[in-house]
Amino acid sequence: MRQPLEGSQAIARAVVAARAQVVAAYPITPQTHIVEHIARMVADGAASCELVSVESEFSAASVVLGAAMAGSRAYTATASQGLLLMGEVLYNIAGLRVPLVMTVANRALSAPLSIWNDQQDSMAMRDAGWVQLYCSDNQEAVDTTIQAFRIAETLEVPVMVCVDGFTLTHTLEAIELPEQEVVDRFLPPYRFARALDPLHPKTFGTLVGPEYYAEMRELHHRALLAALEVIPRVDEEWAAATGRASGGLLRMEGDSEARTGVLTLGSIFGTLADAREVYADCRPLRLVHLRCFRPFPAAALRAAAAGLERLVVLERAISPGAGGIVTAEVRAALAELDRPPQVHGFAVGLGGRDVPLDLLPRLLASLPPRPGPFRIFDLDVQKLPEGGS
Amino acid sequence: MIEIRIHGRGGQGNVVAAYLLATAAIDEGWHAQAFPAFGAERRGAPVTAFVRLARFPFRRRNQILHPDFLIIQDPALLHVPGVLDGLKEGGAVLMDGTKPPAGVEAVALPATRLAQEYLGRPVPNTALAAAFFTLTGLLPLTALAGALKARFRGPVLEANLRLIEAAAAAVEAGRWRERIHATAP
Repeated sequence: MRQPLEGSQAIARAVVAARAQVVAAYPITPQTHIVEHIARMVADGAASCELVSVESEFSAASVVLGAAMAGSRAYTATASQGLLLMGEVLYNIAGLRVPLVMTVANRALSAPLSIWNDQQDSMAMRDAGWVQLYCSDNQEAVDTTIQAFRIAETLEVPVMVCVDGFTLTHTLEAIELPEQEVVDRFLPPYRFARALDPLHPKTFGTLVGPEYYAEMRELHHRALLAALEVIPRVDEEWAAATGRASGGLLRMEGDSEARTGVLTLGSIFGTLADAREVYADCRPLRLVHLRCFRPFPAAALRAAAAGLERLVVLERAISPGAGGIVTAEVRAALAELDRPPQVHGFAVGLGGRDVPLDLLPRLLASLPPRPGPFRIFDLDVQKLPEGGS
Repeated sequence: MIEIRIHGRGGQGNVVAAYLLATAAIDEGWHAQAFPAFGAERRGAPVTAFVRLARFPFRRRNQILHPDFLIIQDPALLHVPGVLDGLKEGGAVLMDGTKPPAGVEAVALPATRLAQEYLGRPVPNTALAAAFFTLTGLLPLTALAGALKARFRGPVLEANLRLIEAAAAAVEAGRWRERIHATAP
């Protein structure tokens, strides 16, 4: 049944429906409502998970790591500085090949302090060895959260579900929550084959010398690459069970014959899709939602970009001193095509800057004949000091 | 599409007002979205929330800069620059209070006073939501009652249900019906 729910509330219900057994989190805007809703369900007796209060995100990540190692289905959520504080543990979780699910309520990073939405936080963790999936709306956030447990447990890798802070977490809209029986069939009780067992003690995460470390990294790399097969398959199975797909590795919309494409990740995809309908000039356009950023779906991207003369990448983060993060990876993947499209890269919506409907026609009208250097679109140069940094 | 911007102060139930309008609409088969102007909300500070209602699916998530309707929960906010900005031509303003200040065209409803009377608390949000649905004829009052039932229980719910009846009776039903024609696609 479609029901009006705040994004955070819907995500919390999805975590409970997935029968997460241990949840540990530390509140941080804009993630707080997710864990508050889970806590309320536990208090009301509507959820039976063990909710662990911790004193920091470092501890939250450590608690769910321990819980998952002990064989529990575990979940945490954070954002921004909280994600950075988890950093060391995140690499350990991934390196230990522990299945876990975490929601990142995407938010800008300090300094300067900003509580608002962009995707610099999860981009900063792109090399942690986690799967990263980006959601374009709250229905995808619900469905992807449940799929994430299945992906994590199939491959024994952690999965980060990235949901734009405020823009999705604090928006109420009609959301379909799956029936409990559907979720139970999709996510049977999990048995972690390497669960800690005092009767059969093993050592994990121990010192590995130069003669083995590279091979361990190779195995981790292969496990993430294997997710390129698993992620679309899990999405198809979810679609078969519920009638709703979340976009596999990536999703294409719009004019498949178009010579111009726009690629983005997350909630501004919906604004772009509406803008394409509203502005006649924007109709001959192929839109690509990159749902899966890690592993990077290079082959799927090449297929999606086939026939395009130019592809505009809109990303909500920047690598200072280099430029685009997604843009660079997209350009590298497409360079293998015989006739690669020109790739134009822009940062938009940094630190909560609104991405208005008319951004799309203005952006398309302003594209130079050949891609210039990566830049922030809609910069107000009046606010910059003259000629300096 | 009908776009609404709600201005109030932290603690007046701004986001709740937006959520109530969207919830009632979704329950009646509309496509709707409600979201706060994201900020560091604190009690007493000016805050804003947004609602979109449409008969067709939509996916945009940009801020509402040109609303069809403004709902002002605290008349003192009318003196804050920018509060009336962007209102569409043919749009309308609903405000808490006894009469609009000079130069402002608005329907005034003493929502805070009604809330104080019925709820014992100065929260104008549910009364203004009831007045909005009544003025526009967009949704029946039963839809708002349904949204309240999903959120409140017991004596608080009962008092709110009486309050929305009183608020609806205090404004002219269908007065803004033509404006809905003017602005809906």
